[in-house]
Amino acid sequence: MYKKREVAIISAATTKCGEHWGKGIKDLAWEAGVKAVEEAGISGKDIEYLVVGNMSGGMFVGQEHIGALVADFLGLNPIPSLRVEAACASGGIAFSQGYLAVASGLYDMVAVGGVEKMTDVEPEQATSVLSGAMDFEWEAYFGATFPGLYALMARRYMYEYNVKNETLANVAVKNHFHGSLNPLAHFRNKITVEEALTAPIVADPLRKYDCSPISDGAAVAILAPLEVAKKYTDTPIIVEASVPASDTLSLLKRRDVCTIDATVNAANKAFQFAHMERKDIDVIEVHDCFTIAELLAMEDLGFCKKGEASKMIDEGQTYVGGKLPVNTDGGLKAAGHPVGATGVRQIAELVKQLRGEAERGRQVDGAEVALAHNVGGSGATAVVTILSRRGT
Amino acid sequence: MSTTAAPAHWRRMRERYRLLGSKCETCSTTFFPSTRVCSKCRRKGKIVPIEFSGKGKVFSYTVIYSAPKMFEHYTPAIVALVQLEEGPKVLSQIVDCELNEVKIGMEVEACFRKLFEQDRSGIISYGFKFRPLDDRWKDYYKIDLNLKDQKKGRPHT
Repeated sequence: MYKKREVAIISAATTKCGEHWGKGIKDLAWEAGVKAVEEAGISGKDIEYLVVGNMSGGMFVGQEHIGALVADFLGLNPIPSLRVEAACASGGIAFSQGYLAVASGLYDMVAVGGVEKMTDVEPEQATSVLSGAMDFEWEAYFGATFPGLYALMARRYMYEYNVKNETLANVAVKNHFHGSLNPLAHFRNKITVEEALTAPIVADPLRKYDCSPISDGAAVAILAPLEVAKKYTDTPIIVEASVPASDTLSLLKRRDVCTIDATVNAANKAFQFAHMERKDIDVIEVHDCFTIAELLAMEDLGFCKKGEASKMIDEGQTYVGGKLPVNTDGGLKAAGHPVGATGVRQIAELVKQLRGEAERGRQVDGAEVALAHNVGGSGATAVVTILSRRGT
Repeated sequence: MSTTAAPAHWRRMRERYRLLGSKCETCSTTFFPSTRVCSKCRRKGKIVPIEFSGKGKVFSYTVIYSAPKMFEHYTPAIVALVQLEEGPKVLSQIVDCELNEVKIGMEVEACFRKLFEQDRSGIISYGFKFRPLDDRWKDYYKIDLNLKDQKKGRPHT
């Protein structure tokens, strides 16, 4: 085992997610970047390395070369900058790369970002771009869509574990409730189980409220070795582990359609690296691109056995104040899903929770350890990150 | 789904027209889509192409109501994961089947259909879809060369 440095987050900030008609990809990245730098109390000149997660600038806004673009717009030249891509896990992968850069001892101040501008194309076009995250030749080519793939997982899961549509609706209702308390959320309206169950069908059994929205947004986190971070903040948030894992690109080749093995593998490694157990975790941010994904995540991360997430959800244990608060900012469902930014946005939310700075009603009391889970595609990439406020 | 030039379609034609996959002769595992290396046997595996029978069962399914432009006129479309009798799963549309008829475990067989038409290039892509395995279409597909007596049109899907 190599000897690594302890890495801490000095600050993390996110833009509001939503349909930002007046802001382009540069404006969004700039906004999140400036917020993070100001909050950290550092100067842009202190940053030595930049990693940006972005899924498809090329197809969403006709812009590639996103690493240089963000460095340029944040005034960070001539530091090294790069863009990383793992579909919807681009942000998570960017974070884990930034973590490696600091842990390795190579850089002392690293900015990790995620940005996506999705509403400059029409919704059908956005759906087409997103379908690039699945197997083009054998899934998209045969008419699959992302809601379609998760619907296939949902149908099989509901068949094998006898889960009802009401459980999926409960996930959406809970996430909209949390979102209603989060000023940065894309959707701030509460919904009812009836509304969720009677909304238009997107891909049966998934309806409108089972699907995360198409959002614009950006998020940036500033990482440094713990010793350096302590100079800038009294509440450095320690990165205990940040681990990606991969699985088959296509759903049809999976070992089990109802399990995201990449999540299982990334979580096991992350807990091993962090020397922690599931019971140590106080709050989690999971990748609920569709409601079914929240159930799969809770199980695959190891917080309950296969088929038992529905019980926790139906009992309301995943609300703030419950046994295991899940997606306290509204998750991808309500807080929004600017794909490349999501992984970093989750980190920003957990930093807020661990510092006790979340808005009234959605702060998890005394949260000390938190876990973020970011997935790419139908589960070909998963990134699990464990954060703690051990340093304070 | 994004559009591509003709070679991207030609190159997978055999596999899509005849449901070709591959098999590792060392461990007898079958693969779809075909693979170049057996993930179990690695370098010891011997990969050969095989043609699947086209018979299988619905493993999971969905009805897609909201689809990209190229597939819009197929909606509502049944899209399923079909487990082939040889083992691997394929993703495909289920056709000649009512929306409320499809079930997990339903027996299906491959058929040859049009997949989509690309906007500007005009490329029409063909490949397999699946239909319920029963004899309801037996007479429907009989080619009647006596055009005067032909009453039924060809099925749309």
